Amino acid sequence: MSSTKFILGHFDDPDDMMHGIEKLQKNSIPIYDVYTPMPIHGIEAKLGIKDSRLGYAAFCFGCLGASVIFSIVYYTLVHDWPMNIGGKPNFPMPVFVPFTFEWTILWTAFGMVFTFFAATHLFPGRAPRVMDLRATDDRFIIAVDAKGNIPHDDITNLLKEAGAVEIKHNERKYVSYE
Amino acid sequence: MASHSESIIREPLITGKNITYAQITNEVLLPVENKPNKAWWIGFTVASLGAMLWVVSISLTFWYGLGEWGLNKTVGWAWDITGFVWWVGIGHAGTLISAVLLLFRQNWRNSINRSAEAMTIFAVVCAATYIVAHMGRPWLAYFTLPLPNQYVLWVNWNSALMMDVFAISTYFSVSLVFWYTGLLPDIASIRDRAVPGLRRRIYSILSFGWTGSVKTWQRFETVSLILAGISTPLVLSVHTIVSFDFATSLEPGWHTTIFPPYFVAGAIFSGFAMVQTLLLVTRKVLGLENYITMFHIESMNKIITLTGSIVGVAYITEFFIAWYSGVEYEQYAFINRATGPYWWAYWSMMSCNVISPQLFWFKKLRTSIPFSWALSIVVNIGMWFERFVIIVTSLHRDYIPSSWVMFYPSWVDVGVFVGSIGLFFTMFLLFIRFLPSVAMAEVKLLLKTSSEQAKKKLIDGGHLDPEHVKDYTDALKKYDSVDLADYETIK
Repeated sequence: MSSTKFILGHFDDPDDMMHGIEKLQKNSIPIYDVYTPMPIHGIEAKLGIKDSRLGYAAFCFGCLGASVIFSIVYYTLVHDWPMNIGGKPNFPMPVFVPFTFEWTILWTAFGMVFTFFAATHLFPGRAPRVMDLRATDDRFIIAVDAKGNIPHDDITNLLKEAGAVEIKHNERKYVSYE
Repeated sequence: MASHSESIIREPLITGKNITYAQITNEVLLPVENKPNKAWWIGFTVASLGAMLWVVSISLTFWYGLGEWGLNKTVGWAWDITGFVWWVGIGHAGTLISAVLLLFRQNWRNSINRSAEAMTIFAVVCAATYIVAHMGRPWLAYFTLPLPNQYVLWVNWNSALMMDVFAISTYFSVSLVFWYTGLLPDIASIRDRAVPGLRRRIYSILSFGWTGSVKTWQRFETVSLILAGISTPLVLSVHTIVSFDFATSLEPGWHTTIFPPYFVAGAIFSGFAMVQTLLLVTRKVLGLENYITMFHIESMNKIITLTGSIVGVAYITEFFIAWYSGVEYEQYAFINRATGPYWWAYWSMMSCNVISPQLFWFKKLRTSIPFSWALSIVVNIGMWFERFVIIVTSLHRDYIPSSWVMFYPSWVDVGVFVGSIGLFFTMFLLFIRFLPSVAMAEVKLLLKTSSEQAKKKLIDGGHLDPEHVKDYTDALKKYDSVDLADYETIK
């Protein structure tokens, strides 16, 4: 039994990497994750990753922000202390527009970004779980969980055939724990 | 597939031969991973001296009050609000580049959005200091918030100034979030390249544990797109609301419905000029000529010409409407602007904002770096005068001739303004020293499709319409970072 935990296929070209994913999938080798220095378009479909639902979160936070500020302005301006300013109406709708608009945006932005951070486990000080340090620089990395019955050499060969420039057999899952 | 080849008739966004992903990281992180050079130190020294002047002037204002400024009972708003509107306007280009150009899929934004957004944030910081300073009693700034208090009174929601509080604070915080989220992958690059130690520790905390996995990138892209979608109306609303500060008053020269669109156009105009001022120097000093190319410079100059023309039309419309309205006070306000004691300010504004950007119709001029830089400074000066003309010349002579006065700034007024420029540059220089000034991940996206080398490969491969190839090679002539000798053999 080898002590290899993860096999990492390093590619220096995103198209080669996509080719590598196809090859692995054709051979029914499950892919643990893919790490890239830039977003790769079309990779989600290939890996069967569902669409992000952050848009729904953003919409809900936007509605919430709009309701909150509308309620505050309504309570203070119309309900709690209606003031007679030159005989103008106490419930002036145009005045509500800028405030409601700004807070819709504010809450959408913050609500969505914090949902993103929470869902992706991003927060200041989190120990980065990096499998290879070059994944944020110039390497496109396919990580394959080495557990399972597939011989490691087969995985290595498949990755090589697809154009991997380097293949690593890592005994530790993450290299970056401090 | 991940990449398609882009049409040959589009000009390249990354120039240079044999650029690799690693090279992009190396070149962008050069100033971050090394000790700063002499140019940086000189700039930083000058800028921080300016920032010190700002500290002194603002401290005097806080200590002795607004009497330190040249305000009088007729002109109660002058350099402070001029500076405020000027800075907020400058901020607009950053959001325009990062949000509006993203929605329009203008890929050339990728290499300039980071520094433009940083510029936005620093400009809004400068603007916010004016708001707080001009309150006179800044420790009571919380009076602008709807907090329960012993007077059982709420804030005046009918006031445009209240709307401004909400607009500016939202704009600042949303821009900050947009900018920082975009920075995460690039901070992670710095972290993963750093040697273990304090430096890596700090960048590790700042990177929020970014790894670049598929799901992270997918969510990141969703977040970027939605943030762009909401920032676009936000940026338009901010200067609209700033213009309400004036437009909702009954002051001749201010009380006009043209203000919102005219302010927004002016904001984008001055913002792009400031981006140009900063980036033309940055690209040279940091050696980023391959990423911020002549195409970027020319595109920005075109936007400056467009928005400058909109501003020019607005100036003329204002004049026409003043005459057409038949309101004497309105008419006098405009005659006074052009021919009164502040005529020099008005004509500086006119020549800097309306006439000078029209020179960019000449291709030779808009592709000349020294000329673009000089003109960006001219536009910034012109836009400062625009706000000065609107604010001071309207106020100094309005309804009652017995109250007519002139406004003379005190040295503290000048100190706050010059100092805020120092503060701005100090923050910008610290930014390019400690954070990547180009969004590396986004530039890497363009390498396989929109770079010069990718297009050269297409040409070498043949199968292209020779006319298109000729158009393309002709377009390359304006670039200062392209070696034209490579294209001589292609006919």
